[in-house]
Amino acid sequence: MSGSSRIPEVLRDNEAEILAEWYKQQLAANTGHGTLREADLREQSRAFLSAFREAVQGGDLQNTRAENWTAVRDFLAEVSRTRARQGFTPAETAAIVFSLKQPLFDALAAAYGSDAAGLVKEIWTATQLLDRLGLLTFEAYQKTREDIIARQQQEMMELSTPVVQLWDGILALPLIGTLDSARTQVVMETLLQQIVQTSASIAIIDITGVATVDTLVAQHLLKTVAAARLMGADCVISGVRPQIAQTIVHLGVELGDVASKATLADAFQLALKRTGRVVSRLSAEGRG
Amino acid sequence: MERIPILKVGPNLLVTIQVDMHDQTAVALQEDLTDRIVEKRASGVLIDISSLDVVDSFIGRMLANIAAMSRILGATTVVVGMRPSVAITLVELGLSLKGVRTALNVERGMEMLQAEEQAETNAGRDPEL
Repeated sequence: MSGSSRIPEVLRDNEAEILAEWYKQQLAANTGHGTLREADLREQSRAFLSAFREAVQGGDLQNTRAENWTAVRDFLAEVSRTRARQGFTPAETAAIVFSLKQPLFDALAAAYGSDAAGLVKEIWTATQLLDRLGLLTFEAYQKTREDIIARQQQEMMELSTPVVQLWDGILALPLIGTLDSARTQVVMETLLQQIVQTSASIAIIDITGVATVDTLVAQHLLKTVAAARLMGADCVISGVRPQIAQTIVHLGVELGDVASKATLADAFQLALKRTGRVVSRLSAEGRG
Repeated sequence: MERIPILKVGPNLLVTIQVDMHDQTAVALQEDLTDRIVEKRASGVLIDISSLDVVDSFIGRMLANIAAMSRILGATTVVVGMRPSVAITLVELGLSLKGVRTALNVERGMEMLQAEEQAETNAGRDPEL
């Protein structure tokens, strides 16, 4: 079937017209979600059409996974990736390929003239081919978005458990978001690892960014404190908001002998005091 | 059966656990240690568990027991060098070793015992002054 196809010939003879018409179609399909420079679009269209023509001339219009389609596949994947990052919708991205249909069909119709049966056959071949290429853009688009999501998840995980060294031997662990068992595990591991690395003797757990403290969260906090204590480090809980203090008492959560302070500054001062340090002004002039 | 060596360093006893702790070894250590505290009139006990990969509930309870026994005999126990993974396991088991003092490493543990002794001497001296 592919042997008798006149698509390669039609493409070769009418490349300029198809390109011009296709370019117009793409401009019309672009609803303005992403920003695309016209010069870029023209260049892209030209490059794709010539790659497409070469692939078609290699025969085998049914199998886009064949060797001679590599250039086309790579090109589409690259364009889809770029467009996904630029904020185009999937429909707009797929329209690159689908908008080629009309100009190609027009050219085929002109070439076949009154041979309706031949034309239908050719149009079917071309449709199948372009549909497959369209799906390729979808896959590439989807994959790019998934990569972005995976990267962001990774970044969120890293952002959510930073352990900072405030002073020699004093660590701070600012907790943000909710504290479930999975998070607690990560938080605990990071904190204990840092205690070993920095030989810290005091760790300040700041819960300013924790929205609510229920019995479960409190239990997780106490677990972390107990684990740090087993490593020889004392914990101070800071950033306790008034509502949270009320909740803790109403829930009957027993914090035991764990020191807690309202602000990180107070906790830091306590930590300095416990490690035998004081903060003082340099001179009387600084007072004000 | 293996016995864990107990070293005397100044007024303190140092126990470095470097073999896998079997239950029998642990019981033997308890006996040996209490004997030595009395014999050497030690005021502090350091137990270094930095080479222990696994601490189960039995060993955890044994550590707590040793601390309680030493306290009765007038010595302070400090467990030092616990690994992060061991600490997490113990907490998950619900064993937070309340009543056992802990320190990051032997050095810190020594400082702790010295400070303790200092405080005790001072406290003992005060009424005389």
